[in-house]
Amino acid sequence: MSAALADPAPSRWRRAFAVPQAALSAGVLALLCLAVALAPLIALLLGVDAHKVDLYQRLAAPSLHHPLGTDELGRDLLLRLLEGGRVSLLVGLSAAPAAAAIGTAIGLVAGYRGGRIDAALMRLTDGVIALPLLPLLVVLAAIDLRKLGLPAWLVQSDAVSLYRIVVLVSLVSWTTVARLVRGATLSLRAQDFVRAALALGAAPSRIMLVHILPNLASAIIVATTLSVGQMILLESVLSFLGLGIEPPLPSWGNMLTGAQETIGLAPQLALYPGLLIFVTVIACNFLGDALQEALDPRSQRR
Amino acid sequence: MTRFIVTRLLQVVLVLAVMSFVIYGLIGLMPGDPIDQMLTADPHLTAADAARLKALYGLDRPLGERYLAWAKAALSGDLGYSRLYAKPAVAALLPRLANTTILMLSSFVLSLAIALPLAAAAARRPGSAVDIAANLLSFAGASIPSFWFALLLILVFAVALGWLPAGGIATIGDGGIADRARHLVLPVTTLTVASIGTYLRFARAATIEALRQDYARTARAKGASETRVLWGHAFRNALVPVITVVALSFGSLFSGALITETMFAYPGMGKLIYDAILGNDFNLALAGLLFATLLVLLSNLAADIAYAAADPRISYR
Repeated sequence: MSAALADPAPSRWRRAFAVPQAALSAGVLALLCLAVALAPLIALLLGVDAHKVDLYQRLAAPSLHHPLGTDELGRDLLLRLLEGGRVSLLVGLSAAPAAAAIGTAIGLVAGYRGGRIDAALMRLTDGVIALPLLPLLVVLAAIDLRKLGLPAWLVQSDAVSLYRIVVLVSLVSWTTVARLVRGATLSLRAQDFVRAALALGAAPSRIMLVHILPNLASAIIVATTLSVGQMILLESVLSFLGLGIEPPLPSWGNMLTGAQETIGLAPQLALYPGLLIFVTVIACNFLGDALQEALDPRSQRR
Repeated sequence: MTRFIVTRLLQVVLVLAVMSFVIYGLIGLMPGDPIDQMLTADPHLTAADAARLKALYGLDRPLGERYLAWAKAALSGDLGYSRLYAKPAVAALLPRLANTTILMLSSFVLSLAIALPLAAAAARRPGSAVDIAANLLSFAGASIPSFWFALLLILVFAVALGWLPAGGIATIGDGGIADRARHLVLPVTTLTVASIGTYLRFARAATIEALRQDYARTARAKGASETRVLWGHAFRNALVPVITVVALSFGSLFSGALITETMFAYPGMGKLIYDAILGNDFNLALAGLLFATLLVLLSNLAADIAYAAADPRISYR
């Protein structure tokens, strides 16, 4: 153990991947990203268009042409899954850093400034943690952006339904990082190197960004990894409820929306998207957990 | 203690007031407004009629003014009329509140009843088969999309095996306790699996921490058996940090209830709020969200009081 503690930082990262489930998770995630990125190529190889509706081919059984069969509108299931995965992973991978950025900013200011600002920001954080967030997200997702003065063509575009969900889930998911960063900032603030910087006349913003933030990097990275899975879960449930990614743009969540009706007829439509969400989220969680164990000097592998 | 409770109650009122304003504003941003609904219901209405109605209901006035009028009525117990249910919002809401409480309370008790002993057993022998199983369960519970898990339960237990009803709250014409319980099995299972992971992880970590403390070592040195050290000394101390986690978990428990109720067509608050928002029932959505917030805040408060009761070192002034 003492040898491991004396190791320089890079080997700690390596230590995280020495845990079998972390290595496996990283492999699974890499494979998923690759498959999702290669979706257009796979479509070309199969000679199928992911968006083509073919009512004569509804709920077709798996074949050479459609390796996983087709959905209730005759679209290729495999390609829909890959396209949906691209959307879900994109939301997870962009919302997690966005939420981490909000949380870091709030945590840094609260921890460094202290006093009333700290009290107010932490009250806000605790308040957000305690609230029933899903019902509020449902309201936020139902908002008509035209009433905020955005033009209709913009509101109805695919890109906006994508950005909107990223903004929404990151707006409610910054609290963990905020508390983490605040706690760490409080203890770093009292350290000699920060006081030295202060004595040399560094501005508060410089101390926060140059002296404190780099010391928090690994903790923030771990928290962000752990939150990617949560983001994908939130996106999937909102899309499932019909308030997230709008069809025909597929996401793993909205592919399950109709599945409740066809479940007796075609259980595979309900099975695959959920299974992919589950595998992706659990892989993110295993990976984040292993990183946390490896990078936190206090935690010891038991 | 009394002073602590009073202060916290005042905070609850304050949070509720802030939330009511925020939600009021957000609901105003939802598509359509009551006049639009009248226009679609009655094609004979002219634009001039619409404008007159708008003025009559005060919909042309600024947000702050409208909110104050709403708040004044709300404080006298009038939360408006529900469009979907054609009765006062409060009357549509109260039976749902009871149903949700039954659902949330059952799965809350069940998940603690499973998580706490399992966490203690896992903490006693880290790395053992029990520990690995508990770890897998908590990861799986935290990672499974609960609407999909509900779908699988319906597929297996309602469609394939036909053992349990796929949804609803009671069979029409029955409604006895056994029938109600049968309808609760799948929803409670879904909600329990969704919430158990957090409790399990925190309780395990807290128990391991407690087993390392000096008092645990002292107890061992005095010859207490490991079982006694665990249950008599470590576990009770480990409960204190767990209560903090429990206190913060009611919000996500309610979020889980919304999904569960929607999946199983269970007539609770979560489904009510969801239906009200999708059905443009503004009054009901607003009232439902406020009651949900109140329910969660009061549960938090109850957990905080339990925290003070469990740990004699904490005194609230």
